[in-house]
Amino acid sequence: MTNLIRLHNFDGGIHPAENKAQSTATPVQQACLPAELVLPLHQHIGAAAKPLVKAGDQVLKGQLIAAADGFVSVPLHAPTSGTIAAVEPRAVPHASGLQEDCIVIIPDGAERWIEHQSLYQQLGLEHLNDISPRQLTEHIRQCGIAGMGGAGFPTAVKLSTGQREIHTLILNGAECEPYITADDMLMRERASEVIQGAQILLHIVGAKGCMIGVEDNKPQAIAALNTALVELGEEHHIDVVTIPTKYPSGGEKQLIKILTGEEVPAGGIPADLGLVCQNVGTAAAIYRAVAFGEPLISRITTLTGDAMQQPGNWEVLIGTPVSHLLQLAGYQPQKRERVIMGGPMMGFALPGLDLPITKTSNCLLAPTEKELPPNDIAMACIRCGMCADACPADLLPQQLYWFSKSQEFDKAEQHNIFDCIECGACSYVCPSHIPLVQYYRYAKGAIREERAAQAKAERARQRFEERLARQEREVAEKEAKRKARAEAAAKAQAAKPAVAADSAAATSNAPAADGNAELEKLQKQFDAAQSALAKTKEKLEAARADESMADKVPLFESALNKTQDKIKDLAKQLAAAKKAAKAAPVAASAATTDTDKGDPNSPERLKRKWETAQARLDTALKRLAEAKEQGLDTVDALQTGVDKQQERVNEAKAAYDASVADGAAAGATVGGSTAPQATGAQTADNSAADQAANIEALNKKILAQQDRVAKMQERLDMAKAEGLDTVDALTLGVQKQQDKLLQLQQELAALAPAGTTSNEAS
Amino acid sequence: MSAALWTIVIAVGLLAVLAVIFGAVLGFAAIRFKVEGNPIVDQINNLLPQTQCGQCGYPGCKPYAEAIAGGEKINKCPPGGEGTIQSLADLLGVEPEPLDAEHGAEKAVPTVAFIREDECIGCTKCIQACPVDAILGAAKQMHTVIADECTGCDLCVEPCPVDCIDMIPVSVDKSNWYWQAPTSGVELIATDRHHHLAGDAA
Repeated sequence: MTNLIRLHNFDGGIHPAENKAQSTATPVQQACLPAELVLPLHQHIGAAAKPLVKAGDQVLKGQLIAAADGFVSVPLHAPTSGTIAAVEPRAVPHASGLQEDCIVIIPDGAERWIEHQSLYQQLGLEHLNDISPRQLTEHIRQCGIAGMGGAGFPTAVKLSTGQREIHTLILNGAECEPYITADDMLMRERASEVIQGAQILLHIVGAKGCMIGVEDNKPQAIAALNTALVELGEEHHIDVVTIPTKYPSGGEKQLIKILTGEEVPAGGIPADLGLVCQNVGTAAAIYRAVAFGEPLISRITTLTGDAMQQPGNWEVLIGTPVSHLLQLAGYQPQKRERVIMGGPMMGFALPGLDLPITKTSNCLLAPTEKELPPNDIAMACIRCGMCADACPADLLPQQLYWFSKSQEFDKAEQHNIFDCIECGACSYVCPSHIPLVQYYRYAKGAIREERAAQAKAERARQRFEERLARQEREVAEKEAKRKARAEAAAKAQAAKPAVAADSAAATSNAPAADGNAELEKLQKQFDAAQSALAKTKEKLEAARADESMADKVPLFESALNKTQDKIKDLAKQLAAAKKAAKAAPVAASAATTDTDKGDPNSPERLKRKWETAQARLDTALKRLAEAKEQGLDTVDALQTGVDKQQERVNEAKAAYDASVADGAAAGATVGGSTAPQATGAQTADNSAADQAANIEALNKKILAQQDRVAKMQERLDMAKAEGLDTVDALTLGVQKQQDKLLQLQQELAALAPAGTTSNEAS
Repeated sequence: MSAALWTIVIAVGLLAVLAVIFGAVLGFAAIRFKVEGNPIVDQINNLLPQTQCGQCGYPGCKPYAEAIAGGEKINKCPPGGEGTIQSLADLLGVEPEPLDAEHGAEKAVPTVAFIREDECIGCTKCIQACPVDAILGAAKQMHTVIADECTGCDLCVEPCPVDCIDMIPVSVDKSNWYWQAPTSGVELIATDRHHHLAGDAA
């Protein structure tokens, strides 16, 4: 079948020195465990993963430690067993050298796997075709697989092609960038994994065939893949396509052009052409995820460059520090230390060596200064046009350079700067050594920032205008409400005189005894009616404002009138009840004042009454204030209510003062016991009541006795004046009566202190 | 004679008819395609940064745009800075002027308001001050700023009775970081280049 595929070519491209032989001399080696693993939460395109562990947690190899945050995101798994040392910001391998949240694991060296099994076992199925593509995609998502070619786009998202029909799967094994051999070694040593991964991918996207594009500088990899296809021993639709070596044939769009002759439209994706493109490393990772249930926790990374004594490929755990790997490869520190992550064309110099390997780190390049001289000082552009010849995306690099340099970003955009794949071919061929790609990266970033700022300004404008509209609306609503209230108040004022007469009649009917309960009930009804009125008014306003509800306006109006009538009625009743209530307590208080005269409990009760009255007055005042504020028509009624209540308070207070004074006076006639008795009366409780009654009785007796003594004395005086012979007998009688009085007074004196002490004790 | 007269009459009549027809068409177009409002105001408003900070002396960006359309100076917008002045000058065909220092200076870095939440007493004063409703909260409840919606206008800082609002610079992360332009002045002739290199090494 291979012969039937006609290859195409893309414009431009370059042929830099390959430098691949250095790192392919030895097979892939297993990197030993480092002292710690640093796992950035954001190793892929999309939202950063959300950590599920905290410092101190024990984790097993393959355990989920951070969950995907949204659709375009990728979860993260522990590459080895150990302890979580921290979840903190650490420097990440990025051109910016910024810090981002990372999970730090201290390995325990045991490499204990979490329980895992193949997807077949999990689902109890035997054959790949039995598993639905959806289940496979979901499994790939859960295994944390992101594109391993360099960009790190979430694989599951790329495989969710939606409605687009896919006819061909393309596996990218071109690996066109100099120095990098990670995919080459993977295909050589694990060709069957790549092939089986391709079969899984074919099943997921439902494509008819698969092409694995490999540059012709990797004959061993091509041979291994073909052998694996033969060993497969079953019918397949996979072709290994040898393509000519040219940089950047490994670019997704360039590889598609070579293999199919079609061009991915600007701003489009390969799926628009019915194609899906995946890296061979991703395919192998998918195979391991499906066949063994292993999440993506390691990858093959090339360590190369003349500064390394043993260049080669290592299978490294994600999160392994660069410094640890450099040590493995025999890195010789240079005068100008420069370690590049990625290749010499598209990679970036690492800001430090304690940065971790991520899912996308395919190469660490440590060149000597002679091998890869630092960028020469740029000279002026001589408009030679070599960059335009080299550009694989058919852009005009020279124009883009001028526009980016002079910050004419709109023109750069018109010249399709966003179609630039930043491959570096233009910079490579530039005889003036102008860092062209850096200008484009800057321009792209500035344009993106400008777009974001514009979007934000637009949002701010909308929010500001909506706020203004809201404020206007609120003012209008307030105005309308005030008007409605004023109208209602005017109406009520007009209706009032007619109502006044009725209220008098209602008053007389109301029984005075349960006046208070009645009053409260009425007040409640009145309040409820008021709120109902307000609601109806609002509805009416809304209906008036809204044309579609115009037919409901009369309905609301009649409802409003009804509610208003009800409120008027209630106001009447309320006023009547208040009058009655006022009359009753006054009478009651008068009665109590009379009957309780001389009763030691009465001042206490009166005081309570006074307090209650005062509280009622306060409430009434509050209501009045509210009514005044809202301009309600009940203001007058409430005002009279308040006045009356004030009177009641005054009366109650007077009654209380009087009773206190009476108590004092009563005590005074009994002599020395006045003060304790008064205090006792004020704090009197049930146990002291009998005592008090005895004292009371004694007091009466004493009074009577005093009367008798006085009468006897009168008669004696009369007898003396008339010279009667009864004088002696009468003198004796008076003496006897006085003795009796003294006795009674002594009894009283004995009782009163006892009563006081008992009160104090209680 | 009469033929020549007729020719003149026909010509004049034809021109008159044409004049009436074109007049009618133009009159119709003037009514049918009438532009509501002043379109230049919207164009100016689109160039302004929409921080609604009022530093220009107008209660928002739109009023300032209207003022500019009415002849107001274009150099009164500190948040927009020189970039906005340049765009306004291009749009209006006037000479760009340096930013009027009376209205404030351009911020070096964009900022966003941040409420120290444990110090907030819930007075709602900042909520009333915010022109874009970017502060959440209620009376006697803690308030907080929706950072994504905050324009960094500073208007909430002044009313706060407990000074618990900070204007903090917008942090740079991987999502908004981008490569800076290569340093200029690198295009030198060979002799100067050598000197430059020596200076570099020193």
